[in-house]
Amino acid sequence: MVNMITELSKYAMILFLALYTLTGFQLVRMPEPKKQAALKQQDILFFSMHLLGNLILYLHTENEKVLYFYGAQVLLFAVFLLLHHLVYPKSDRLLNHNLLLFLSVGFLMLARLSFDKAVRQFEMAVLAAGLTFLIPWIIRRAGNLRKYYRWYGGAGLLLLLTVLVAGNTSYGAKLTITVYGFAFQPSEFVKILFVFFVSGMLYESRDFAHVALSACAAAAHVLVLTLSKDLGGALIFFVAYLVMLYVATKQPLYFLAGLLAGSGASWVAWRLFAHVKTRVLAWSDPFSVIDDAGYQVAQSLFAIGTGSWFGLGLGQGMPYKIPVVDEDFIFAAIAEELGILFAVFLVFVYMCSFYMILNIAMCLKDAYYKLVAVGLGSLMIFQVFMSIGGVVKFIPSTGVTLPFISSGGSSLLSMFAVWAIIQGMYLKRNDEVAKNGKAKEKPKKRKKAEKKQK
Amino acid sequence: MEKPKKSPKKEKRQRRSKNNREYNNILFLFTGLFVLMVGYLVYFQIFKSRETINNPYNARLETFEKRVIRGDILACDGQILAHTAVGEDGGETREYPFGSIFAHVVGYAGNGRTGIEEMGNFQLVTSNAYFVEKFIHELKEQKNIGDSLVTTLDVRLQTAAHEALAGRKGAVVVMEPSTGNVRALVSGPDFDPGQVASSWSSLIASPDSVLLNRATQGLYPPGSTFKTITLLAYLREHGLSAEDFSYLCEGKAAVGNTSISCYHGNRHGQLDLKSAYAKSCNSAFADMGRSLDTQDLKELADSLLFGAELPLALPYSQSSFSLKDTDPEVLHMMTAIGQGNTLITPMHMAMITAAIANGGLLMTPRFLDRTENYTGAAVVERYPVTEYKSLMTAQEARILQEYMRAAVEEGTASALKSDVYTAAGKTGTAEYSSDKSKSHAWFTGYVTGDKPDLAVCVLIEGVGSGSEYAVPAAKKIFDAYYAGE
Repeated sequence: MVNMITELSKYAMILFLALYTLTGFQLVRMPEPKKQAALKQQDILFFSMHLLGNLILYLHTENEKVLYFYGAQVLLFAVFLLLHHLVYPKSDRLLNHNLLLFLSVGFLMLARLSFDKAVRQFEMAVLAAGLTFLIPWIIRRAGNLRKYYRWYGGAGLLLLLTVLVAGNTSYGAKLTITVYGFAFQPSEFVKILFVFFVSGMLYESRDFAHVALSACAAAAHVLVLTLSKDLGGALIFFVAYLVMLYVATKQPLYFLAGLLAGSGASWVAWRLFAHVKTRVLAWSDPFSVIDDAGYQVAQSLFAIGTGSWFGLGLGQGMPYKIPVVDEDFIFAAIAEELGILFAVFLVFVYMCSFYMILNIAMCLKDAYYKLVAVGLGSLMIFQVFMSIGGVVKFIPSTGVTLPFISSGGSSLLSMFAVWAIIQGMYLKRNDEVAKNGKAKEKPKKRKKAEKKQK
Repeated sequence: MEKPKKSPKKEKRQRRSKNNREYNNILFLFTGLFVLMVGYLVYFQIFKSRETINNPYNARLETFEKRVIRGDILACDGQILAHTAVGEDGGETREYPFGSIFAHVVGYAGNGRTGIEEMGNFQLVTSNAYFVEKFIHELKEQKNIGDSLVTTLDVRLQTAAHEALAGRKGAVVVMEPSTGNVRALVSGPDFDPGQVASSWSSLIASPDSVLLNRATQGLYPPGSTFKTITLLAYLREHGLSAEDFSYLCEGKAAVGNTSISCYHGNRHGQLDLKSAYAKSCNSAFADMGRSLDTQDLKELADSLLFGAELPLALPYSQSSFSLKDTDPEVLHMMTAIGQGNTLITPMHMAMITAAIANGGLLMTPRFLDRTENYTGAAVVERYPVTEYKSLMTAQEARILQEYMRAAVEEGTASALKSDVYTAAGKTGTAEYSSDKSKSHAWFTGYVTGDKPDLAVCVLIEGVGSGSEYAVPAAKKIFDAYYAGE
């Protein structure tokens, strides 16, 4: 009986996520009045899937804590949705749904891997949701953010330098610093500052001096990260900068030149640094170095391949065989136990979020916020690409976390902040639309009148 | 009538799309990246995952056996070589109907895995039973039945090879040159794979290394079978022509104070190259070894996969060949007759022979032909027949074939003359200790006739000459192959 429930639930979860994803893509361009029904459908699908996942986990572990934990999650999700509904009735609910979906998948997989880590992740999520709750309001009101871009750039760079000098070393890279016994990863927050910095600078002017200066500043960020051996972080900054530069200047040549420079720099890094070579070898042929550098990627491929399309079922696989599975390699655990199909739909939900963010950027009038939105969106989606690409051996692994899902407080908090900023800009867009709407009321009426005459 | 005006809505959309061209490009760029990545994941799962996850490092496969009853291993004609019987109490026993005959090649499962049990472990513990049936089994928490592996092994040839070895230490390899299909692989002494668990301690304590697969892991001096390689080196050096070769065999070739003798001190008299090879004249070949270019011989050995990886899915030992210009002359001469530092496995010898029989082209040895689900429906229609490498030119192979043919017609393997089939090959008598009376018997060759060609390599440890012991064993296999259906 238990087996029957867990088996059926496994397939049902994939189906629900598939429908959820489909609805999500439809929602991106859906006109406002139609949205309500689709959003309600997403609500139902999301909570059903969440229930099934936790049910399987409970039946598998028979640990009562899972039930309490499930209750706490439902409470968090409900309060989150309710508060947003009350305080920001015009915020984008699709993005909020996606955020909760990622969170819930993260909680589920972490609870399966290590209950304590899941609880800590939950606490961090509550904290992050609380801390970032006012951000949309601030973004909507604040008009002068763009003026202080130099400060953002300076502070960000300083933070990164601090990590380089005084950071803790883990897996050979310097990523975190410890303040009052609390380790956090500054680069997760510096990337947001970086987006605001670049946006401000390129908004001010797109003349050559500004472009050159912004390029130097971006290069400085990337260089410091590379020296800290945070290759994934360096690449994310780099790509986000290129995208923003291209969008701001509308010059494809800048983009191509940047790509060329990036490729050159990668080649130099590959030639110079042993750890880069190791990563590349572990990617090109993990099985030749399976006892050493290739072990992680090989185990990841075993997990994905063995799990196959429908997964081995929650609690039935061996995701713990993959080193750092709860952070950088959590996607492999998801694919192994929930199935490749589930994992692929999850990738689509990230894509869907990116579409929505770009959609917001396109609809905004304010060129500054347009840049911020596209910058943050690119950060997020490229991070997803790096994380999953490394796990499935599409690209060399660079040790990047999967937004909202990987265990880790800094990553979670910074992604919450990104989401909140985007929501703030969505509210701004609605304000703009409302303004325009008033201005255009008259011509519209006239058009209707014409139609009637015909 | 007025001109139809552009609708303001359309105009607005155009303006918007123009303003947002960069955003759309970024969208396409990232969408493209993700499509490629997801495409790669799907490609991996469909085409690469099977071979990837069938890896001893993948501990997950062990858990498969909790959900799947290990599938059957079948001979090429469907006879069962290994089967898991499920008792009334649900206890599972792995049974091997042919007992010790297939011991090394099929291997055992339990106390670790060897042979095809290991090679095909993934297929055996994976069930491709019909989806609905599997689903119902899963719901009921019942085990599914694993897939069956159909091998290339032939019961008749394997039994003949097993009988030909007759309990002696040694190995027999039988493969099809044109496909690489391994039709029989025997190693002696053997054991009953069904009893491995109960007799484990005595098996591993045995001084005879019973569990060792001598065919793929036993390294032996090649003796005169190496003369085929020396011959090829000589032919290459002399432009594939043997016309200028002439040797008067006095029964031994002197080197300083010592000498290399022909088998039993036979005086072969005046020889041309073909008769020197057919009669396996040590003196002539040792003399040839004096003049051969060391570097060329070394390169030839390398190209024939000495000291190299073999395209073999079973655990194997690498054959070795070493010779330097600075080595004493006697070692050059000994090496030319296969008594130097050279060591080779019977499997490798069979592969070189198969390449000669196949016009120089070595096919990757195949053990697995196809995978079926337990009802016989195809899961993998046919594992690929793959060309591994061309070891020599077709012309060189043809010349070597003539020489091997001569060894049967007028030389040391004349016992293989037959009306039914045409055999060719080379014998070897490999001394392996200071006691010159002890030697391993070799025969490596191939047979053609009205059935697909077969390459056969026989090695029998410590019995005596190749002609006396290995050739009759090969004959038994050839006869069995051509005996009426």
